[in-house]
Amino acid sequence: MTDTTQGERATQPNMGAYLLGHLREYGLLFALIAIMLFFEVVTDGTLLRPVNITNLFLQNSYIIIMALGMLIVIVGGHIDLSVGSVMGFVGALAAVMIVNLDVPVAITIPVCLVVGGLIGAAQGYWVAYWNIPSFIVTLAGMLVFRGLSLWLLEGQSVGPFPRSFQLLSTGFIPDVFGVGRPNATALAVGVIAACAIVYLGMRKRARNMAYGIEDEPLSFFVVRNAIVAGALLFVIYKLSTFRGLPNVLVTMGLLTIVYAFITEQTTIGRRVYALGGNVKAAKLSGIPTERLTFLTFVNMGVLAALAGLIFAARLNTATPKAGFAVELDVIAAVFIGGASMSGGVGKIVGAVIGAFIMGVMNNGMSIMGIGIDYQQVIKGMVLLAAVIFDVYNKQKQR
Amino acid sequence: MTTLLEMRDITKTFPGVKALDNVNLKVTEGEIHALVGENGAGKSTLMKVLSGVYPQGTYDGDIHYDGQVARFGGIADSEALGIIIIHQELALVPLLSIAENLFVGNECASKGVMNWPETFRRTEALLKKVGLKEAPATPVDRLGVGKQQLVEIAKALSKDVRLLILDEPTAALSESDSQALLDLLLELKAEGVTSIIISHKLNEVRRVADTITVIRDGATVSTLDARTESITEDRIVRDMVGRDMSQRYPERERRAGDMLMEVQGWNVWHPEHATRQMIKDINFHVRAGEVVGIAGLMGAGRTELAMSLFGRSYGQNISGTVKLKGQAVDTSTVAAAIRSGLAYVTEDRKELGLVLEDTIQRNITLANLRDVSSSGVINEAEETKVAERYRKAMNIRTPSVFQKVMNLSGGNQQKVVLSKWLFAGPEVLILDEPTRGIDVGAKFEIYGIINALSAQGKGVVMISSEMPELLGMSDRIYVMNEGRFVGELDASEASQERIMSFIVTD
Repeated sequence: MTDTTQGERATQPNMGAYLLGHLREYGLLFALIAIMLFFEVVTDGTLLRPVNITNLFLQNSYIIIMALGMLIVIVGGHIDLSVGSVMGFVGALAAVMIVNLDVPVAITIPVCLVVGGLIGAAQGYWVAYWNIPSFIVTLAGMLVFRGLSLWLLEGQSVGPFPRSFQLLSTGFIPDVFGVGRPNATALAVGVIAACAIVYLGMRKRARNMAYGIEDEPLSFFVVRNAIVAGALLFVIYKLSTFRGLPNVLVTMGLLTIVYAFITEQTTIGRRVYALGGNVKAAKLSGIPTERLTFLTFVNMGVLAALAGLIFAARLNTATPKAGFAVELDVIAAVFIGGASMSGGVGKIVGAVIGAFIMGVMNNGMSIMGIGIDYQQVIKGMVLLAAVIFDVYNKQKQR
Repeated sequence: MTTLLEMRDITKTFPGVKALDNVNLKVTEGEIHALVGENGAGKSTLMKVLSGVYPQGTYDGDIHYDGQVARFGGIADSEALGIIIIHQELALVPLLSIAENLFVGNECASKGVMNWPETFRRTEALLKKVGLKEAPATPVDRLGVGKQQLVEIAKALSKDVRLLILDEPTAALSESDSQALLDLLLELKAEGVTSIIISHKLNEVRRVADTITVIRDGATVSTLDARTESITEDRIVRDMVGRDMSQRYPERERRAGDMLMEVQGWNVWHPEHATRQMIKDINFHVRAGEVVGIAGLMGAGRTELAMSLFGRSYGQNISGTVKLKGQAVDTSTVAAAIRSGLAYVTEDRKELGLVLEDTIQRNITLANLRDVSSSGVINEAEETKVAERYRKAMNIRTPSVFQKVMNLSGGNQQKVVLSKWLFAGPEVLILDEPTRGIDVGAKFEIYGIINALSAQGKGVVMISSEMPELLGMSDRIYVMNEGRFVGELDASEASQERIMSFIVTD
């Protein structure tokens, strides 16, 4: 009976209690905004200059893309340590195919994505069907693919890439309206996206109200949407005054929407959460747990391959060191975003914001001229603080 | 007779909830004191206050122990005074030996170096005392739950226990193991050990308890002295639920319809030991609207039978046929078994039945997402409607279906599991210990649900270790022993004695 009364209190439209219950979700968003404002001030406005915002997206796109896959792997109760190496290996493969073997870009890209999927499958097979801990399988994969990229590149950097391949990362969406600056296409996309966010939020709220299950106070709803839409418009406006929408931003944005939809609205997404939450119960509910685990790794492999292509295109060369230790940034982003090590908990949007927090800190600290030594220490502290905050919240709720 | 323990006006509040409200408990030296009450009444919280899990200062009220006011800052303080608590979830290290477990944290050692001969000598003495015939070097995970419970008690004895607290000690034990445990408690009592036992099994409480304290909604309702008056189970139940329970099992019109499920020649071998046959040539059937009970001792193979039928979730080299409405059906995977019309409600709802971190709604639809989605996209509004429907029909006590199931009491969790399987739309439900660890009121509701299913023409197979429940609910009872069905009884001719006689003469 005690539990029931506790729950009833939580549903009362008490703003303080609501905020406390959803501290994690709001906290993440506000943390990102606070960090951005902080660096905006200490860098004398450099952080939010159009060229720097563009750079922020270019620098972090591959981390964000891999965080999408990593979130699903972690929600499913596993981890993938090999993504940095896989990313480097696929970049090397692309360089060898395009630069050394003159394979057309249009063939290289799909081949590389398939190779990424096969790598994911090769690792996922042992995890899913042989019950070998993913930590070990992917640790092995990390070493193997690091070695294979060295072998493939024969220890040398290979480049440069043709222009068509570089566009993958450094290209911009051309302005169809021909206005130039500010870029009208970018502005239009921004306005449409902001409207869509607000509209979808309102529709969901209306539906939840109809079922009597909405508990977010109206003022919170308005403020949250105003901040999100405002921030989006602000960033897009800044971008439009520079060179418009980077191709990677569009890729990244679309992938984020697709993966958020898959994890939250589809049966397969739902099943991954159940799998990570309680694999035995999921299995006894008729869910093909092995196949699902296998697929999360295949998906991770494909996204790691895409990240590898984008990274190589941005540097315009494939180096044996590409992707070194990147898996740690990706995993940190997912945990900062609120995922649970034990599986079953975590959101795509959280992982993306987590990646941005890491990215803004990297970028801001570099502009300030803070040495790489302190940067590592600070990033480590932020990761620890985020997880401590999570655990503390959970204990308080009990 | 002196008072060993007196807890006065204990009040413990959690944020927003008063878990204990001026509870009083008085335990006399050398008695067995039973603490009973529904799930969530506050029994475990009270014992956590007593054992120092909730330290002095986090609650109001006084604890008087052995004539002095006790202030416990942690478990170590209460243990130093001989108060030992054995929790429902046993706290043994599975891969360590009995001897190592007995003295964990309390090792026989000098300057940090283990004295193994002394450890083993003392272990043997303690095992003898609790009547456990196992070598001290046996790893604990090789023992059954009953024997592990004895190891826990031996561990308590090693710490010079004066007040032994047992939280649901027999919940997971078979009839004979339970009896042995209760006998041991009586022996310890003769040696002067005082015990507090928390139990839902009222027949056991009546058998061993000298005094019974009933707690309801965080307050003491009554203290009954079993030495001076004869106390009936009905009396205890009345105090527990706050009303008369005229019947323990709701009435149902018994009528068996057409043949619904037939299982023929079912054989299963152990998943790890290919030569060990766990299920031996079992044949049985269930008619529409029939409740079929399966009786047997712990380890008879009832759960193994159920899980092997349900998508071959247990065992290997499975052979035999399953027919539903005369047609042989595919039960080779869980998904196929569900499609064929089977559902299995597990005995271990937390480990195997629920995703505790998820909401009620998500748990209810998990086995049948197809009916709340189109082309793989979930219609959440529809899903909420379904969950709400079951919340009302099953009387799941929760403010909303978005509550995480980990926040529900055992009875309400069980209703969520039942909802999940009803929503999967089965023809035959196999219920494995459907009322384990659930209080009297929720039990009654679950019996009502079973009766409603039978009225709809579903077949119900009920596995239970509680014989009165089997006798009260079933139309027909199969008796299982060592992997075989050794007897079949109609409800009209069944009795505990007849069921046991099938087992002992097997």
